[in-house]
Amino acid sequence: MTTDLGLGEPQVLTIAADQDVVRVRQLVRTLAVATKLSLVDQTKLVTAASELARNTLVYGGGGGAEVTVIDGGRRKGIRIVFSDDGPGIADLDLALTDGYTTGGGLGLGLSGARRLVDEFDIDTAAGQGTRITVTKWAR
Amino acid sequence: MERVPVLKIGDILLVSIQVDMQDQTALALQEDLADRIVTTGCHGVIIDITGLDIVDSFVGRMLSSIASISRVLDAETVVVGMRPAVAITLVELGLSLDGIRTALNVELGMELLARARAAESDDFDLDLDLDGFGSSATP
Amino acid sequence: MGLTAEESSRLAALLDTNAEKLTASWTDTVTASLRGRLTRAELLRQVNDLHGAIVEALRSADFDLTAGGSGSLRAALVDLSRSRARQGFSASETAVTVFALKRALFDVVDVRSADPQVLGDLIAAGLMIDDLGLFTFENYAKTREELIADQAEQLLELATPVVKLWEGVVAIPLVGTLDSARAQVVMERLLETLVDTSSPYAIIDITGVPAVDTQVAQHILKTVVAARLMGAECIISGIRPQIAQTIVALGIEFGDIATKATLADALRHALRMIEASRKGRSN
Repeated sequence: MTTDLGLGEPQVLTIAADQDVVRVRQLVRTLAVATKLSLVDQTKLVTAASELARNTLVYGGGGGAEVTVIDGGRRKGIRIVFSDDGPGIADLDLALTDGYTTGGGLGLGLSGARRLVDEFDIDTAAGQGTRITVTKWAR
Repeated sequence: MERVPVLKIGDILLVSIQVDMQDQTALALQEDLADRIVTTGCHGVIIDITGLDIVDSFVGRMLSSIASISRVLDAETVVVGMRPAVAITLVELGLSLDGIRTALNVELGMELLARARAAESDDFDLDLDLDGFGSSATP
Repeated sequence: MGLTAEESSRLAALLDTNAEKLTASWTDTVTASLRGRLTRAELLRQVNDLHGAIVEALRSADFDLTAGGSGSLRAALVDLSRSRARQGFSASETAVTVFALKRALFDVVDVRSADPQVLGDLIAAGLMIDDLGLFTFENYAKTREELIADQAEQLLELATPVVKLWEGVVAIPLVGTLDSARAQVVMERLLETLVDTSSPYAIIDITGVPAVDTQVAQHILKTVVAARLMGAECIISGIRPQIAQTIVALGIEFGDIATKATLADALRHALRMIEASRKGRSN
């Protein structure tokens, strides 16, 4: 019944360069505001998106982000899927450990992003690329 | 690529970050600041992040680096104006910004720097009893 | 669920030709069920609006409540259920405004002598009205939920005042049980007040908190860390003996966070820190 905000229609962005990370942040912020996420939840989601978009660029060698406003019945939410065809993650448990890094960062990208969202799902294997799905619900 | 302007006010360099920075812009700022500290001989740096609606691990790392670099160059860095939502998100992300001094706003940041300088010159006077030579450090 | 195009247009004609008689009988039923809490004139206006919207929806195409042609009908039903919910009417008192159309239709059409096609149309109309009723009820429930959520939020705000104690010192006296949701509100409000009043010191007084579990302690700790990131120091006061014991038993580290027995001690501590920093010795 609700057709505003392009509910259910994913908006796709390519992540191939530095400024694409900024574009992902801006798109996610716009949709988070429109979905009426609280200010803190907006900030958490945009921060998580920024971390994951950068991971896609730096570790995945580029890829894409697919942002969708979803309807969970009584509440709305935002789902973002980051995907790349990079080397994938061989040891997932290790990659999700605070402080673990292969790229010279702080090692908070994956584990930190997971704490900032409501649902976090990762699909990867060595040589198979990586696909991360995160969801944040409006309260 | 945009560059973040660095202003000199008295003995202090003031950086007010207003844009959603690309990673390259952040790295350029780091270099610009190091140069300006040396050329101006300033002993204090204030980075105002009131305009930032998110701080991710990359920007967090940049702030830490700036603080460390300026300490090596005998300048104290204070980060001011962090928004509550950003602080809450950073805590959840697990980023502690160790080694960075913070203040609520530019005014309090300037007071903090002034006190740090005063404490330093006081110690100097007391320890070495150089009263007769005049204080060289205070402006 | 929809009607065929023929059924829709025949129903539209039926509703339209008998408009006056229909709305009168419809309004009577509604007025009786609401027992004078709304005037007949007011209800007649609402019923007329609904009637108009239904006829319009039926005329636009083969009727379907979820389709584009029923937009203004949906809007009218949403308006109706919202205003009923806000005015405190019960669910059935709201639904009757829609369902009364059924009885009115039976008054207008002579059911006993009607031919099979008219009877078929009546059944179709009945199904349509059920849809409208369901839609109305859903919106009524939604509005009620929103009202409850709003009130809960207002209650939260009432229960967590942040007060300025001194130049540069704010305090938040926490009273009652702290659950996760409330702890979050507390955290945000405290941090916002720090910015608004540019106060570098905050006192979190938990004298009125009956129990502290791991989650609540975590929230308080996170608040303290977040305040530090922003450039402010928190002092926790009013920790009662049992709470001190649970904190230790749960293995929660308060680390280098200042804790004081009473709010007065905490204020004294904050003022001493301000004085010390003024002399330039605290750093």
